[in-house]
Amino acid sequence: MSDEIVITVNGKRHPVQAAADTPLLYVLRNELGLAGPHYGCGEEKCGACMVLVGAKATQSCKLPVSEVGQTRITTLEGLIEEGELHPVQQAFIEEQAAQCGYCLNGMIISTAALLWKTPHPSELQIREALDGNLCRCGSHLRILRAVRRAESLLIGEEG
Amino acid sequence: MAAPTQDSNSWRGPRTGRPGSGRREAAWGEVSDQLDDWIAIEKDESVTAFSGKVELGTGVRTALAQIVAEELDVPLERVHMVMGDTARTPDEGYTAGSMTISGSGTALRKAAAEARRAMIEMAAERLDAQINELRVREGVIAVTRQPERSVSYAELMGGKSFELQVSDKTKFKEPKDYQIVGKSAARADLPAKVRGEASFIHDLKVPGMLQARLVRPPNPAAKLISVDADSVKDIPGMVKVFQRGNFIGVVAEREEQAIQAAKQLKVKWQEAAAYPNMQELFTTLRNQPTEDQALVEKGDFNKALAGATKKIQATYTQPFHAHASIGPACAVADVQGEHATIWASTPGPYPLSGALAQLLNIPAENVRLIFMEGAGSYGQNGADDAAADAAILSQAIGKPVRVQWTREDEFIWEPKSPAMVMEVRGGLDAKGNVAAWDYQVWSPSHVARARFAGQLVTAQLLSGQAAPQSRFSFGAERNAPTNYAFPVQRVTVHYVGDSLLRASSFRSLGGAENTFANESFMDELAAAAGVDALEYRLRYLTEAREREVLEAAAKRAGWESHPSPRKDKAEVAEGRGVAFARYENDQAIVACVAEVQVERASGMVRVKRIVVAHDCGLIINPDGVKNQVEGNVIQSLSRALKEEVKFDEMRITSRDWETYPILTFSETPEIEIVLINRPEEPAVGAGEPSTVTTAAAVANAIFDATGARVRQIPFTAERVREGLGD
Repeated sequence: MSDEIVITVNGKRHPVQAAADTPLLYVLRNELGLAGPHYGCGEEKCGACMVLVGAKATQSCKLPVSEVGQTRITTLEGLIEEGELHPVQQAFIEEQAAQCGYCLNGMIISTAALLWKTPHPSELQIREALDGNLCRCGSHLRILRAVRRAESLLIGEEG
Repeated sequence: MAAPTQDSNSWRGPRTGRPGSGRREAAWGEVSDQLDDWIAIEKDESVTAFSGKVELGTGVRTALAQIVAEELDVPLERVHMVMGDTARTPDEGYTAGSMTISGSGTALRKAAAEARRAMIEMAAERLDAQINELRVREGVIAVTRQPERSVSYAELMGGKSFELQVSDKTKFKEPKDYQIVGKSAARADLPAKVRGEASFIHDLKVPGMLQARLVRPPNPAAKLISVDADSVKDIPGMVKVFQRGNFIGVVAEREEQAIQAAKQLKVKWQEAAAYPNMQELFTTLRNQPTEDQALVEKGDFNKALAGATKKIQATYTQPFHAHASIGPACAVADVQGEHATIWASTPGPYPLSGALAQLLNIPAENVRLIFMEGAGSYGQNGADDAAADAAILSQAIGKPVRVQWTREDEFIWEPKSPAMVMEVRGGLDAKGNVAAWDYQVWSPSHVARARFAGQLVTAQLLSGQAAPQSRFSFGAERNAPTNYAFPVQRVTVHYVGDSLLRASSFRSLGGAENTFANESFMDELAAAAGVDALEYRLRYLTEAREREVLEAAAKRAGWESHPSPRKDKAEVAEGRGVAFARYENDQAIVACVAEVQVERASGMVRVKRIVVAHDCGLIINPDGVKNQVEGNVIQSLSRALKEEVKFDEMRITSRDWETYPILTFSETPEIEIVLINRPEEPAVGAGEPSTVTTAAAVANAIFDATGARVRQIPFTAERVREGLGD
């Protein structure tokens, strides 16, 4: 085996035991015990497995863990700071933006990445940013409202 | 925001000496009358409520807790629901048909009222007071005039059993006094899910658990020729290649190893055709022998039709639809000798535990089935089959095994919503009134639940035997009759025996398809009569409550009265359509107005806005109902516009999100909902009713915009374009 792989997840460094070509998703779920990112399709088509790689919302179901390198990974759990929910998480609760909640991880991660890059997105930008995240229960409108609420909560934080 | 309840339905196992053990001899549908089976007062002032129903993503965990908290007079956050554990909860059969609130809700309401009554009697004795001198607030019973003379529920009953039967005589609270029921309560499960805490069956970890994937044949008719276990022996962590009959599972220490093994395993199948020719699907379906049932026979149809001024006829079709849960099925099983513990996101923990006992050949009372949430299922998806897969593999290895289906496993092997054909004939008299109405539907059973091992894919692969032909057929009759007062009408269901593709229940069973046909045809009649579609429907609705719902939707939508079509010649034509239904003809009442744009050149449909008016009697949780209505509308719109399971004779070719696309954010319309609360009426389910009206409202709006009538779901651009003719 080559050099040990070490990834940085939610601010902590983790040596990886899995083989180098293991998709990041399984390392996060099974080695690090994180339950935020979920398996949805294994083909980067639904968004259930999203994590932030740097500031970018990225599907983790195919990404080999060896390709992550030094880039910091943040999962749904990592958005919580000192026990406080991230404004995007808070907004999803306030808007009751879920039914089964299986897709929530990807929705929140995508929203966090969008608002980081584009603090005041247009309606079109929001919808396009979320088009790669599938929801089968039909929570779309609540999720769109949650994005708007997150936008204003984030302004509140800055202000 | 505080969580009103917490998920105590965990895998940590039952607390010992717990009342509420549900292993009683109850037939399906017969629920326990033992108070301790439903409610337990804990020493810490909390209340545990047991329900045999399960949370399928609709928020019933929260709604049931609201009912218990209300009737007991305790704060909502003190009520903890335990759901769907055969060792702890009552047997309530399947969670299906929007019946959790009316079924489990009623049972819990009675039990909570009984518990309250019993504790007030105890308090009267303890406090040496008359019952009518006492009041209850937040789980504390006090003498009204001397509130310092008080005793709490926990002081009276904490950790003890009531040992009482629930009586039918105990009085409920008056709806006008409700403090918790009828108000929006935040979803109890949401904070944990937003934080990424383990919430789903997919997240369950049992000590010593191994990981498995399945290697399925290309279709159910294929036979195994050979499997080369050596082809995966280089994979580190490999535990076993298990093969029996056509069933193959690969088990490894780590998940990625099992995935790799499933990809790498060399297997040879003898292939055979398993599916009909898709081009001839509806003819094949209709040409089967049928068992017919006349649901409505009023007047002499043939005579009335012969005397009609105008006669029209139309055939509508519904293809197979996939439940397409976002999270493919997953289950964990721990089978040790004659005993099994199985964790699954099944809608029917008790029936499934029986089927799995059969499959494992162990006594039914030795199988403990513990429900854990999966991704939304909307009926029967692969969850029960995955539980069987895990059980068989765990039995073979003697260790706990987790099975995760792939996306493709789910698309190919989940039972589909069945294909259907609906044919309607009608006659108008000289005034344009409906003189005769004849509705016929051809459909396989919509229900093929896993009550017996033979109905599970696992059992079929193990034995090489096809699923037993269902001895009863159910679901195609749902909403086949309308609630319109036609003078002469006939409604016939033709049950066909072979579903062609494996099929079972999907939200509303045949309700959505029948309403699509009925309400499209109602529109065709209105157009033939030259009458506005709303006005035409109101002619035939006699019940005030039903008329009110239809009128409320029209009012909110700003309905413009005119006969359809509008003859809009614009390049992007605009139109509106309406549809109405009473779910199961006597449950929730729904009216839907859709506004669409149709691009003439391409036939592409864009739905701009949908308005729904909804009356489900007493509303337990208004925001919960709105959430269900929004979900129903979006999901049914996705089905109407985009969805169709495709296949050839050898393969199901809809096997991923590209070959089975669903509605995206960019395609989601605005939705406005008018909830009509009827506190004096029974609370009926809201999980399905608003799924039935969307397709017809959209089809009618397309017709209003363009004059093109689409009678085949989904309304693809090609089909609309074809309907446009020119």
